Amino acid sequence: MRHLLDTKTLSREDAIRILDVAEDMAETQQREVKKLPTLRGKTVVNLFFEDSTRTRISFEAAAKRLSADVINFSAKGSSISKGESLQDTAQTLQAMGADAVVIRHGASGAPRTLATSGWITAGVVNAGDGTHEHPTQALLDAFTMRKRRHGDDSRGRDLAGTRVTIVGDILHSRVARSNVWLLHSLGAEVTLVAPPTLVPQDVSAWPVRVGYDLDAAIADGPDVLMMLRIQLERMNAAYFPTEREYSRTWGLDPMRMDALPADSIVMHPGPMNRGLEISAEAADSARSTVLDQVANGVSVRMAALYLLLAGERDHEGETR
Amino acid sequence: MSTRTVLHEADIARALTRISHEILESNRGPEDLVVLGIPTRGVTLAERIGVLVSEFGGMPVPTGSLDVTMYRDDLHRHPTRAPQPTQIPPGGIDGKTVVLVDDVLFSGRTIRAALDALQDIGRPAVVRLATLVDRGHRDLPIRPDFVGKNLPSSHEERVNVHLAEIDGDEAVTIES
Repeated sequence: MRHLLDTKTLSREDAIRILDVAEDMAETQQREVKKLPTLRGKTVVNLFFEDSTRTRISFEAAAKRLSADVINFSAKGSSISKGESLQDTAQTLQAMGADAVVIRHGASGAPRTLATSGWITAGVVNAGDGTHEHPTQALLDAFTMRKRRHGDDSRGRDLAGTRVTIVGDILHSRVARSNVWLLHSLGAEVTLVAPPTLVPQDVSAWPVRVGYDLDAAIADGPDVLMMLRIQLERMNAAYFPTEREYSRTWGLDPMRMDALPADSIVMHPGPMNRGLEISAEAADSARSTVLDQVANGVSVRMAALYLLLAGERDHEGETR
Repeated sequence: MSTRTVLHEADIARALTRISHEILESNRGPEDLVVLGIPTRGVTLAERIGVLVSEFGGMPVPTGSLDVTMYRDDLHRHPTRAPQPTQIPPGGIDGKTVVLVDDVLFSGRTIRAALDALQDIGRPAVVRLATLVDRGHRDLPIRPDFVGKNLPSSHEERVNVHLAEIDGDEAVTIES
């Protein structure tokens, strides 16, 4: 693997490879000494143009557990706020000898530009770009689903037959997009449930079913119910009348949670708005995998960095 | 290119039997033994040795696997390797006599990586090394304690170990 930019073009084989390596990484995290010497001498730059706590910390933990050096670079208080272009920033990182760049950017496609521009030779990992994709989040979600379903017997398996319902702001969600593509290539069936105003217009081209009624989706008995964050900053844009109405119609309250099949799980990529899209009861229940997702995120990101950085590179910088 | 068989099925069985007796002898019995194989074929050999040592010693000896991929010093010289599972028996390795098992001992770099990996898992009292074939050409000051067969070889030759569980047949061959 040279870069990890999206899940739309990620093959089923590569996805399963990442998930399987993540299993091995997760195992090493049970040990007395959690640090592996694998990426000693490699430099990973976290290049964050948008605010993020958990994704940045997760990537930082992953890189450090593999003994890579980590440089954190956030747009606030840097030359970006003085107007430096992405090209100049990238070339600065190249000159510093970055081996991998983990980038989060408000513009969809910024990671691909960085990867294909020729400004840098480092491997690029997309940590969320605009409303496009957030591949490591989808991979950690798939890892969590696979683990819940198959336990220690997860290696080599896909998610064939798993029925996943994603609820909430699909329109603005890169997590939803990455999940749709990845879950589809892993054989899961995806249903999207949202207010009509928060469903993208081009959704007919996606390999999903679309519904508008959460109660009907729950009555269908999905294996996984994934609640997306309602981005409060979008509240002024009138996608739905009030928070209260959203919460009543599309929020996961205790009654809806109890209507789910006994072995269904509830996922949320975080950060949660308790009481809006998910009730505190649902967030803290035994069904909730929110904290598993955080823990698995480190393993999945270790796997991605390992596959990007550990192997030999040929003359074009391709990791074989 | 020619291929020559240096160990047949019966030779491999005999070698493992002898190694198992030697392990018991040097440990003065089966107590506190843990046999760990290095993937892929070392794990199969470790399981077989585990069965033999348990039988000869009269008590069950735990076996497991130890993946060294993430501890290798040559990762950047090869295509990306997929790590293999590490399975440590429930009793752990602290204070135990760990016998590492590999199929072919060559440069010694795999064993160096294995020693580093062991250190991150626990602190064995003693670490020993068993190998089915020692083909020489060490890069590091590492030597085996139990050897199935010493096989003088040239650098250019390839030594292949085939085991029934993985390859369907049993033989050690040398290609030149």
